Amino acid sequence: MDQVLSNLSLLLEFPIVNLKIILDGIMIGALFALAAYGLALVWGVMNVKNLAQGDFVIAGGYVSWWLVQHGFPALLGVPAAFIVMWGIGWVAYKLVISRVIERDLFTSLLATFGLAIMLAQIMNLLFGSDTQSVDLGYKTLYFFDGIVNIPIAKLIGVLMAAALATGVIIFMKTSRMGQAIRATAQDARAARVMGIDTEKVYAFTFSLNSAICGAAGAIIVMVWVIQPFYGISYAIRAFVIVTAAGLGNLPGVIAAGLGIGVFEQYGAHIFGISYQQAIAVLLLLLVLIFRLIQQRRNRQVLK
Amino acid sequence: MKKTTLLTGLLAGSAMLISQGALAASCGEIVIGSAISLTGKYATNGVHAQKGYEYAITKIRENGGVKVGGKCYNFKVIYYDDESKGDRGATLAERLISQDKVQYMLGPYSSGLTKAIAPITEKYQIPMVEAEGASRSLFNKGYKYLFAVLSTSEQYLASAVSLAAEKAKEQGKSPSSVKVAIAVENDPFSLDIRAGVSEDAAKFGMKVVVDEKLPRDLSDMSAILTKVKLLKPDLLIVSGHSKGAATAVRQIKEQNIKVPMIAITHCEAADVTGKFGDAANDFLCSTQWSETLAYKDSLFGTAAEYEIGFKNAYPEYKAKKVPYQTAQATAAVYVYKDAFERANSLDKEKVRDALTKTDMQTFYGGIKFSKAGNNIAKPMVLRQIQNGEYNVVAPSAFASHKLNWPRN
Amino acid sequence: MAKKKIILYALILAFTFIAPFAFPNFGTQLATLWLMIIVALTWDMTGGQMGYNSLGNIFFYGTGMYVAALISIGRVYDIGDYTSAAGGGIYEFTDVQYFSGVFLGVLGAGVFCSISAVIIGYVTFGLRGPYFAIGTLGVAIAAGELVSNWDWVGGGQGISLPGYPGDPDTGKVFFYFLFAAVGVSVFVFVKWLYETRFGAAINAIRDDEEKAEAMGIHTLRYKLITWSMAAFFVGMAGGISAFQLLHFEPLETAYQTIFLGIFMVVCVLLGGKGTLWGPVIGAILFHLFKEVTWNYFLGWQWVALGALIVVTVVYFQDGVMGWLVHKRPEWFGIQVEDKIAGETE
Repeated sequence: MDQVLSNLSLLLEFPIVNLKIILDGIMIGALFALAAYGLALVWGVMNVKNLAQGDFVIAGGYVSWWLVQHGFPALLGVPAAFIVMWGIGWVAYKLVISRVIERDLFTSLLATFGLAIMLAQIMNLLFGSDTQSVDLGYKTLYFFDGIVNIPIAKLIGVLMAAALATGVIIFMKTSRMGQAIRATAQDARAARVMGIDTEKVYAFTFSLNSAICGAAGAIIVMVWVIQPFYGISYAIRAFVIVTAAGLGNLPGVIAAGLGIGVFEQYGAHIFGISYQQAIAVLLLLLVLIFRLIQQRRNRQVLK
Repeated sequence: MKKTTLLTGLLAGSAMLISQGALAASCGEIVIGSAISLTGKYATNGVHAQKGYEYAITKIRENGGVKVGGKCYNFKVIYYDDESKGDRGATLAERLISQDKVQYMLGPYSSGLTKAIAPITEKYQIPMVEAEGASRSLFNKGYKYLFAVLSTSEQYLASAVSLAAEKAKEQGKSPSSVKVAIAVENDPFSLDIRAGVSEDAAKFGMKVVVDEKLPRDLSDMSAILTKVKLLKPDLLIVSGHSKGAATAVRQIKEQNIKVPMIAITHCEAADVTGKFGDAANDFLCSTQWSETLAYKDSLFGTAAEYEIGFKNAYPEYKAKKVPYQTAQATAAVYVYKDAFERANSLDKEKVRDALTKTDMQTFYGGIKFSKAGNNIAKPMVLRQIQNGEYNVVAPSAFASHKLNWPRN
Repeated sequence: MAKKKIILYALILAFTFIAPFAFPNFGTQLATLWLMIIVALTWDMTGGQMGYNSLGNIFFYGTGMYVAALISIGRVYDIGDYTSAAGGGIYEFTDVQYFSGVFLGVLGAGVFCSISAVIIGYVTFGLRGPYFAIGTLGVAIAAGELVSNWDWVGGGQGISLPGYPGDPDTGKVFFYFLFAAVGVSVFVFVKWLYETRFGAAINAIRDDEEKAEAMGIHTLRYKLITWSMAAFFVGMAGGISAFQLLHFEPLETAYQTIFLGIFMVVCVLLGGKGTLWGPVIGAILFHLFKEVTWNYFLGWQWVALGALIVVTVVYFQDGVMGWLVHKRPEWFGIQVEDKIAGETE
């Protein structure tokens, strides 16, 4: 308790710390938002709740890490992870996901959970259970007596995340496939009647999601660390964000992603880093309860 | 120079092979079981410990084996990988005892794993000599078959706290003005380090300004370091096995943290001087054993000779320090040899009784077990990394160098 | 027909009694098999019979472990001292302290968990479908994280418990029969429960909650009571596990969300959801699968397990029982019709 109070007083005593926490939160939140956007996509279009989301992220990170180990430039990792994870996502779709779309919701949750366990363990066998990262070798910028520090690598990572998000948005808005995806999300039956091959749309959407996650992972490995069993923490955050922001609401997803990033950093500062995971999960529960209360209120109005 | 070492290495290797072949025929075998971390977060030190065991076994074999009842025996260890997970370690201990029928155990790496395995060996009344579990919480459960050759965790950094107090006095300040920051892993070993440091700090009336646990993967402590930067403690304590040590040294450098005194554990095991060079300078490192100490025995020679012998057997350690985790693992096997010979029997109860009466001098220091099973005959020392060298700076009876203070 | 059934049950019961003596080397594995049966049967109470797929039942297992351990320690020593990383005095237990500790601890674990199920359920049962699964999973993960930061109960180092006083082989049998007693009680209990009005009511909730409510069933009350009964048994099983394992830590042993927490669901799906025997058969099959992969495919065991989950869920969702009913209805003969008649009543 004393610890919490003294941590709180630090925030007041050195207001500049708030800036550091917010910047850190935005940087990690941007990547949460990417994974969450992918989840919102598959959730909205094919009603699949993908618990393997986080493992796609980690797998993308390993693709990039593996390339760097073999002498390729680190920045190449992001497009490479995008492409490789596209393929893995497509295989996962054909083998597993395509068969759970029409089934009840718990089925997709559990099937993707099985997929998550498999992926995590395969990565563990291939790459070992140590944490890994890619060092870009860029400098760190220090401000305010060194209290606020921004590694240039993080800056690049955030810019790449933003570029990727923008690319996806433009694609969804303008391309033929993007329109088909949106149409399918609105009403799959109607889309089929209109001549859209929904099976193809599903496969494309899932692969796209996997690829976005992979790219996010490739950015994460340059800025933070990855480890085969970290997937679940990214999956949890993706669920928190989508549950909070709702489906098909991209600005909402981005805002919620940045929000949870900042919230977590504050939580870690105030309660200690060892509470970080607990804070993310408790936030999920809070969001769920909040939604529940909202619903109850709606119901009462209907009465 | 290189050629000669290679040659001697080859010679030693072939001599070893020959003697192995010659002696193996005439000697019996004593099988010992051990679950050890070959993968997972403790893998670095698990491997250090395993090599320590193996070195002792080879050395004992070369010197005529273990003499019991006029016959000679060699040790053979069955290893399983516990993946650095407690529940896995317990399952494997159960398997070693009930399926492989081992009668003796060597400890795993880390207090956490030892905590998981000790109840199992106790249940089956299998003696376990362990070299890598230091938390005091291991020695208050009334275990009768657990013996630890190392000093308990609270002694690791106690001298760092008293050094900080001394320095405060030299500056004309009261020791109670010293501010302490603690960052530890959430495991039995590091939590006991924290308990020890807090007790000592309380004795001097020092204030603990940061008291945090490292995240589970031990890979990022920057949030803690931000607080250190703001609160400017006089002493920073970090404990998180090899991974924690490596993260601390790396991030303290990256974030440009200035604290007059920083004390960590597991410097040698993490090879911080080899990995981070100058960045590791002036860190204080607690150690169970130092090759510069004047301990010796008839089998391994002096502490310094042990280091040379081990480096010859395992050339990959040539460029770095032989970590104390290895030395104490060797000592554990040596304790078994001694106990078997004194018991003059292969009966596990007799060996266990002999273990309780252990009182020996080794290259690793004195070994004598308390009733609870921990070693009470050996002190801890504190070394400081000075220009890439590990020099003993405390306690004063062992100190060979003066403390560099404040740290740049 | 009834006679045949009685003989079957008698045979199973007899086997239950003989097993630990017939296969003394597998005492621990057999005890674990009962644990799997308990958690599978209780999971099916809400998951199969009531349509609420919880991923958080492991919360009761972990909490049961902690409650049982704390009760048995707390009666003799100060808990903060006992669990402190700094050691302290030497803590030993007399036989009387040990056995009364096990008894009160296990019972207390059951009671505590059933109460906590009501409290947690009051919030989470508002969530429908996958949200309920995610919500309960969240509760279990959060509990593990918080407990691992709670120094009074040992934090990340967990708790060590005293071992069974006396011969370890007797200890194995002792724990086997504790698990078996709870397991048989659960089976008898749910068999009775599913034939009562209560059973019909929770089936109605599964089939259509809105309609059930419209027909005057106080759904929340039924849901809470069912979960709380399940939690009672899981809590007891957790308590027994604590004493059997001797040492447990919060994240990998007690609140092991991705291990036992998921295994129980897979057991039920493998055997057949919403049937009486499905969870039992599933638990046996799963346990065999797990023991084989853990012994012979070490390293790949998790991959095999993930694959099993995917295959079960995607291709084999009706489980063994569903498959049998579908493929060999004649095996079930009149029983099938009995069941259908019973359900439409």
